[in-house]
Amino acid sequence: MSPVFLAQVIDLLSALVLLLGFGLLAQRRIYALLHLFAWQGLFLAANTAIVAYGAGVRHLYFSALMTLAMKVALIPYILHVLIRRMKIERDVETMVNVPLTLLIGIALVVLSYNVMSPIQEFSTLMTRSTLAIALATVMLGLLMMITRRHAVAQVIGFLAMENGLFFAATSATYGMPMVVELGVALDILIAALIFGVFFFQIRTTFESLDLSKMARLKEDVGE
Amino acid sequence: MMLAGLLIAPVVTAVPLAFYGHRRFAPAVNIAGSAAAFLFSVGLAWQVFEQGPVRTEGGSFFVDAFNVFLAVLTAFVSMTTAAFSRPYMAHEFKQGRVGPRRMRLYHAMFQLFIFAMLLALLTNNMGILWIAMELATLATVLLVSLYRTPESVEAAWKYFILCGVGIAQALFGTTLLYFAAERVLGEGGTTLHWTNLNAAAPSLEPTILSLAFVFFLAGYGTKVGLAPLHNWLPDAHSEGPTPISAVLSGLLLNVALYAVVRCKVLVDGATGTNRAGQLMMALGLLSLVVAAFALFLQRDVKRMFSYSSIEHMGIMAFAFGLGGKLATFAALLHMLVHSLVKSSIFFTVGHASHMHGTQQMDRIQGIVRGNPLVGWGLIVGVMAVAGLPPFGVFVSEFLILTATMREAPFLAPILLLGLAVAFAGLLRKVQPMVFGVPPAHQVPVRAAHVPVLLHLALALVLGLFIPSFLSQWFETAVSMMRW
Repeated sequence: MSPVFLAQVIDLLSALVLLLGFGLLAQRRIYALLHLFAWQGLFLAANTAIVAYGAGVRHLYFSALMTLAMKVALIPYILHVLIRRMKIERDVETMVNVPLTLLIGIALVVLSYNVMSPIQEFSTLMTRSTLAIALATVMLGLLMMITRRHAVAQVIGFLAMENGLFFAATSATYGMPMVVELGVALDILIAALIFGVFFFQIRTTFESLDLSKMARLKEDVGE
Repeated sequence: MMLAGLLIAPVVTAVPLAFYGHRRFAPAVNIAGSAAAFLFSVGLAWQVFEQGPVRTEGGSFFVDAFNVFLAVLTAFVSMTTAAFSRPYMAHEFKQGRVGPRRMRLYHAMFQLFIFAMLLALLTNNMGILWIAMELATLATVLLVSLYRTPESVEAAWKYFILCGVGIAQALFGTTLLYFAAERVLGEGGTTLHWTNLNAAAPSLEPTILSLAFVFFLAGYGTKVGLAPLHNWLPDAHSEGPTPISAVLSGLLLNVALYAVVRCKVLVDGATGTNRAGQLMMALGLLSLVVAAFALFLQRDVKRMFSYSSIEHMGIMAFAFGLGGKLATFAALLHMLVHSLVKSSIFFTVGHASHMHGTQQMDRIQGIVRGNPLVGWGLIVGVMAVAGLPPFGVFVSEFLILTATMREAPFLAPILLLGLAVAFAGLLRKVQPMVFGVPPAHQVPVRAAHVPVLLHLALALVLGLFIPSFLSQWFETAVSMMRW
């Protein structure tokens, strides 16, 4: 396959990852959110594998496999089991002003391109054009964590942000050194488990995973 | 050898504590493990003092004057905190606030948290530094929600989510750093080694490093508690058990600031300017002023002292940003004395809130009558942290002010204003707590006096004179800075 074709496939997959980032921002149903997240992981893994093939970087195959195992299989599975066990499959989040959130998302994408364009100049890799998309994915995950009020949605935002970070490492440098990548993966896995513990703690103390009930800790001004 | 021992001791201690952390002997094991780590850290410091910087084979770990004193400080404060935690947690256990399972979790995670901080300090790899910082959050997040009250669960969730967001930015910064370094040093595991990066810093691309620093500062700065990214800190530091508040405020903030400073050194090398420092100065001053005024609004005593930590981290970030020999020296000293004083304050506050069964300041009164050592310990600690002579904080703040007068005199009024407001806020709130008439609900508790006395004595000594080995260390660390 010609490098030009490969670069186009990489661009296509990156665009899909970004599109799914927007999908995550707008989806109200918790269960559908989980599926969108798994799809994002799948495109990310595919993208990593193609970069590995195109650039002939062996260790990226391993990263792609790890993404597949963690982001597409293990973590969605854990979340799936948790959602089932807590009987919140039908949870629908009440969200205010989805169009505005999406507009802010678009602004963040533009901003990411603006920030990254001087940096892309220095790159000679076949993935250079996707660096801005990676930052945009991180920013969309961040926006999701800020705007959502459901605990599971915030966690998926966190994981989507991590997808963006992994994506950034692939597009900037064909992946971080192996020990760093493994350590980061371990951290994410522990974080996912702790999130699970938290779902139960939040449910027992607040009787719902809707975090808008959390408003006890505020600066109380003396009366 | 010493290095390996220092890192292994907390892990080895954590294992039995995970299984037997609720038994009667567990606190003793906790103290013994931390004491072992402290001895190893002193050994390591001796090695560095005798032979200069230590680098392990392959360069994965690197110990120089800058991180070794922080490692000793971390091991020391965690040892005294373990000693304080013994009567404190026994009280919580007796009151039924924590069951056996949570005691196991508490003890095991305490040790793992120390491990994470030591790893962050001693590693040479900027990627591992990130991993260890995240690990420190993960180890403490379940401790913040240990009591399972709605407030503590909320605080822990906020801590987890906001620090997660923050630290993600730092990982992006690390990616950019690797991107810049790979062009000079080639790819591979050693490229992210700080020593290699530092040697190659002048040839790293300044555009990329400047952008990377913005991400580093946003990321690790969140963990330092710099305004406007400090929202999580007062909650997380006030809702968990007090020993955890003491190590979070006294140690973890220092480690996060250490990460920022390591990044700053690299960025300064690449850009040849102090733009990174100017960013730190701006955020530092903002934190100082925001936190100083917030002190007045507080009713929860631990929350108030968390704001005081934000204030002091702001001062340190400002001083490191200002740069130069004097300010950097003062910032290092401030890291040391603030850590000692702040953790001792949390020790006394912990006992005081047990005596009154609450953390609300208007229900805590007349501590001195109930327990003179706790009362005097608190008021002396507050005077020390507010910057009164003859304590160490006074010396470091005075040096920082002097450096500001010389380098950036127009900023000195803001600095003075922040310090004065914080001083007034703290003393106004603490005085009635210590000297008022004791209320009927005050009960006596078993208190750990040695940690408080030890910390305050050290802070006093450092205010009177700085031992030559320490100043020599600080000066070596200062010479490492590029600005």
